[in-house]
Amino acid sequence: MWIELKSIHKHYGNVRANNGVSFKVNEGSIHAVIGENGAGKSTLMKVLSGYTSRTSGEILVDGEPVYFKSPEDATKIGIGMLYQDPMDFPQLTVLENFMLGQIKGFRNSEKKFKEKLKKYTDELEFDLSPNAQLKTLTIGERQQLEIIRLLSLGAKVIILDEPTTGISVEQKDKLFAALKRLVKEGKSVILVSHKIEDVEILCDKITVLKQGCVTGEMEKPFDLEKALMMMFETESKTPVRSKIVPGKKHIEMKNVSVSGGRTGLHNCDVTVRRNEIIGLAGLEGSGQGVFLRCATGLLKPYSGSVSLNGKNMTGKNILSYQKENTVFLPTNRLEEGLIPGLTIKEHYSLRQKSRSLFVDGAKASSDSKENISKYNIKGDPRTLVESLSGGNQQRLLLSFIPDDAELLLLENPTRGLDIGSANWVWELLQDFSKDNNSTIIFTSPEIDEILMIADRVLVFFDGKIIKDVKTDDTNLDEIGSAIAGKV
Amino acid sequence: MEEFNLTILFASVIATATPILLATLGETISEKSGIINLSLDGTLLLCAMTGFVISYETNSLILGFAGAAVVGAVISSIVGVFSIYLNQSQVAVGFVLTLMARDLAYFIGNPYSRIQGPQVAHMPIPFLEDIPFLGSVFFNHNFTVYFSMLMIFACWWYIYKTPYGLKLRAVGEHPGAAFSRAINPRKSQMLYVIAGGLIIGIAGATFSLSTKAGWGRPQGAEGTGWIALALVIFGGWNPIKAAVGAYLFAFLQTMGIHFQSWFPSVPAQVFNMAPFPLMIFTLLIINFFQRESIILLAKDKPLLKTILRKLDNTAPTSLGKPYKPDEY
Repeated sequence: MWIELKSIHKHYGNVRANNGVSFKVNEGSIHAVIGENGAGKSTLMKVLSGYTSRTSGEILVDGEPVYFKSPEDATKIGIGMLYQDPMDFPQLTVLENFMLGQIKGFRNSEKKFKEKLKKYTDELEFDLSPNAQLKTLTIGERQQLEIIRLLSLGAKVIILDEPTTGISVEQKDKLFAALKRLVKEGKSVILVSHKIEDVEILCDKITVLKQGCVTGEMEKPFDLEKALMMMFETESKTPVRSKIVPGKKHIEMKNVSVSGGRTGLHNCDVTVRRNEIIGLAGLEGSGQGVFLRCATGLLKPYSGSVSLNGKNMTGKNILSYQKENTVFLPTNRLEEGLIPGLTIKEHYSLRQKSRSLFVDGAKASSDSKENISKYNIKGDPRTLVESLSGGNQQRLLLSFIPDDAELLLLENPTRGLDIGSANWVWELLQDFSKDNNSTIIFTSPEIDEILMIADRVLVFFDGKIIKDVKTDDTNLDEIGSAIAGKV
Repeated sequence: MEEFNLTILFASVIATATPILLATLGETISEKSGIINLSLDGTLLLCAMTGFVISYETNSLILGFAGAAVVGAVISSIVGVFSIYLNQSQVAVGFVLTLMARDLAYFIGNPYSRIQGPQVAHMPIPFLEDIPFLGSVFFNHNFTVYFSMLMIFACWWYIYKTPYGLKLRAVGEHPGAAFSRAINPRKSQMLYVIAGGLIIGIAGATFSLSTKAGWGRPQGAEGTGWIALALVIFGGWNPIKAAVGAYLFAFLQTMGIHFQSWFPSVPAQVFNMAPFPLMIFTLLIINFFQRESIILLAKDKPLLKTILRKLDNTAPTSLGKPYKPDEY
């Protein structure tokens, strides 16, 4: 089955997410759609999978024009999609998730689907237990289930939107092996990614999107330099790890156990010295988030002790930690970091420390204007934070770091930023750390980013720190296998 | 003084719980799909009035129940249309409707106040009623009571054991994901709000035709809707647990009446009010078992783990957040 997109337009009001996109996906090939954040990749794929309707343009499947009113129509033709935000049901079991979308009628056919599930998992060498609740699975396992479900629905073209974010190297290898096998069977895969190295090892053809338009096509072998040029306006400077002289003890955890998250945190013993920049590696939800929330007083340990600057902080709340100049930026921007419903200006008003009865509107205005231009936020002081794009929300959040912050706990600080902005953010943070003698502890799903920035790496697995190593003494493969639990 | 008899006590608990139980089941179905039908309390009254008036005029109980069910469905479909298709607040629409339905019930029902009307006949089930104790408690009632007991298991079976029920839960959890799996979230939410409304309508008619037969101002059903709304949460959106809650509440209420006769010196209001804080207390205890430390304790104890999982009161993830198609 081959697909041709002809001048696809998708407009959201004045925003042109796709502006005349045309390309062709061949049968039995892996086709990559790359581009920076906000280039319109996800929108285009949602159009192709029937999740959103197109404004204009034509989709041809085997030369025949098709019209999708819903994902159901696309599925019937054989197009299935793995969405970037998981479109599954964490509260239901694996089997129930598998059955949804396939079951019909009134009869309960659990047994039949259990067998079907087993057949596919065996075939692709996945390991999924049918009665487990989906929320206990890792992102990678949830992806595997989705792929199996799409295959079982008879998908001939599978679209994967950023599938390698948040999964381990091992799971990535497994995923790629499965995809290659599917292609050999005559199926097609469309891979949407901003990671050029994934595309290089897997794909046969590349289409580059920029600002909703196709800016280039490439066949194997790829000229990656050229592809990057097509993706971005300008080349950006890659940050260099800064030289660091560790100072005295800043935060110390002794045998700390905390519950929370998927795994909790068990028997954590860590000493962090001033000026260190520490990267926390691990699969999403392996305890890094819990670690950061414990280090900022949001979660209280049920055993062990935490001390900051030599003071015992065990059991204290976040305000006491803030008095010691710790700051925490969460990855769930709209759930924990920002307050939906308030404008940028109101966020700056909230941060004012004066005890006056009135809000200093003029100062909030000037603060927000200053930071909007400094952090290059696309919005004005009256913009509601939830209407900002993900990248701009992240920039706004970063602008909240107070000038006197000493311990910066950053949960995936470059989430949703394209490479250019991410590099800029790191340069800013490195300078901040140098000028203020502050310590940075950050998480990232990308090992590359951690090795590029951090001078020490802690690897989390299943709620435990299983590796604590200087960046100079380790490498990508070592960290990669530690993330999968092999030390 | 009334003699205290366990058989009579439990039989009356089963009988008085019937309308609350039905209302709770109806609301559970609606909320399981993600829609909070806050018009419940007013709808119950309006349906009680409708059921009584239709039965009185036509002399047919079946028409009375059917009419009430239709009215229940109509009111809930208003909540549905406004929240699902017109994107209005479920809470605001439901709240206004509950007040409107109540006043409408008093207004239309006024000429029928305090008159003798039809009533569902007592119908012991042959043979089963002869079982000692259980027979008198469960099988010596009228049809509405048997219907409500059947509905507990029918609702549970539908929600947890059929493919339709799986889709219903999916919509309440993540309507967007349901859409990507060939389910129309708006249509199914609408369907289940209306289905819930039908059951709520029957619950209303059960008041005026059986439990508190007759119509008047007050009818006696006032406030029941709010209790049912709380019982849905108490039951963790599970019909069987919600039923346990409804029976527990009826038990506490019935005990209140007994306590009144045992301790005449205590003001009657204390016993009338007591069930409410007791229910909150029970909820606290249930949720206490969901604390992380207790779950950790149960890690290697399969039995305790199962019990805790059964007690888990997690709301449908998208409850109260209507599905918006992917446009902005």
